[in-house]
Amino acid sequence: MPTDAWVPSAREVERTAYRRQRTRRSVAIAVASSVLVFGGLGAAIVSSPGWPRVRATYLNWDKAVDSFPAVLEGLWLNIRVALLCAVLIGILGLVIAVVRTLKGAVFFPLRVLATGFVDLFRGLPLLLVLLLLGFGAPALRLSGLPDSVLFWGCTALVLSYSAYVAEVFRAGIESIHPSQRAAARSLGLSYTQSLRHVVLPQAVRRVLPALMNDLVSLQKDSGLISVLGIIDAIRAAQIETARDFNYTPYVVAGFLFVALTVPMARFTDWYARKKGYSTAGGHL
Amino acid sequence: MTAVLEIDGLRKAFGSHVVLRQIDLTVAKGECVVLIGASGSGKSTLLRCVNLLEDVDDGVIRLEGAEITDPSVDVDAIRARIGVVFQAYNLFPHMSVLDNVTLAPRRVHGIPRDEAEPAAMAMLERVGLRDKATAHPDALSGGQQQRVAIARALVNDPTLMLLDEVTSALDPELVGEVLDLLRELKAEGMTMILNTHEMGFARDVADTVCFLHDGVIYEQGSPAAVLDDPEKERTKRFLARVRADG
Repeated sequence: MPTDAWVPSAREVERTAYRRQRTRRSVAIAVASSVLVFGGLGAAIVSSPGWPRVRATYLNWDKAVDSFPAVLEGLWLNIRVALLCAVLIGILGLVIAVVRTLKGAVFFPLRVLATGFVDLFRGLPLLLVLLLLGFGAPALRLSGLPDSVLFWGCTALVLSYSAYVAEVFRAGIESIHPSQRAAARSLGLSYTQSLRHVVLPQAVRRVLPALMNDLVSLQKDSGLISVLGIIDAIRAAQIETARDFNYTPYVVAGFLFVALTVPMARFTDWYARKKGYSTAGGHL
Repeated sequence: MTAVLEIDGLRKAFGSHVVLRQIDLTVAKGECVVLIGASGSGKSTLLRCVNLLEDVDDGVIRLEGAEITDPSVDVDAIRARIGVVFQAYNLFPHMSVLDNVTLAPRRVHGIPRDEAEPAAMAMLERVGLRDKATAHPDALSGGQQQRVAIARALVNDPTLMLLDEVTSALDPELVGEVLDLLRELKAEGMTMILNTHEMGFARDVADTVCFLHDGVIYEQGSPAAVLDDPEKERTKRFLARVRADG
């Protein structure tokens, strides 16, 4: 191998020095402005007239330690609800998305049904769906269906989220170039086989970052079932709060929810970036 | 010679734009028909009609004597007998090369994996890509991808191959490897219809050259007749233009 006897030219040395100087300058600015903003914000809060009172009612360490086990137990329910609902939402959302992309007059009623479903549940506030189903459905006393509010709370989450997830899946399906379907059909694969083996695997891969974003959102929205009286993390915090009107348990619940969603959010970011690199080739 | 494909009075329009007015063509077993013509003259549309990717507006297409334009035919079964290779390869990017080639044998022809894979490997060997079986399409060059696409079509033992501008998306130095493969296919007696801008290749492999113009086969004959000594005015002008560009 030939030896590379490269010595940086005077111009290059000059450029490197200039760049190093610029970097030092921007780091210094970043540190100074961070100290200013966060320090100022902290000082403003701590020096506010109500601070001692707020600290006592919201940030009481003993109360936090006290309420932690109950809130954590509630959170376990949130986790289970979110995981179970995520699976059901994935299935229902995919079915609705596929139905919405079906062509042909035969499928008209199904398409209308799926479109109506998406329009309805994307429009209705989740809280409203929870209240209507959670209290209304058990009151029907339908035979064969459970009357537990937990069941209906989960149903409300699944219905609302499926509408969103269906649209994400549909965007994925429609983003697959028609030539892929043409290639599959030209090999003799049927419509369903083309969808199953060629279109859906690519579509799902493409929208996975968006779906994981919805999963992060579902994790925290699972706390809304507390309005039905189900003892999840939020409801447990509420009960703890009611003992002595110290609101620290809410902060505890907040911390736990954030601790739950942060790893998922980071994983989503990482995955999206990885995918971004691998598909950024830029050809068909 | 038995006719593999017969096209009678084929018409295809997109809205008010009539692409094919009246196409009559017979392709004998082992014959290689090359379609030439300006962009938009309907070469690709004709191939898409033969593969039933487009509904025809009129006329009849018969494959080995049986009408395939009958609306009651099983289109999947028809397509399974016709191999298609596209200009943009259209490999499935989420599958390995081997899975691309075994998809149709396994899912359409119901061949179990342990039989389909050796057959696919033999086909990849044939196109010179045995060592790329586990690679994904995006790791291959354009010429390699197109050879995989040809293997994917060939592995189903098609009655007829349709090749749509298969070298148009390739860099000039990669065109050769694909054309060599097609020459071999032709030598083995595969029945093919292809459209191309490569006049040299057309001359080389074609038994019949068809010049499409104004929705009809304007001039048809042997490569020597059509390419070197065209009778009609439009054919002469087209070839003069192609030569000037090439």
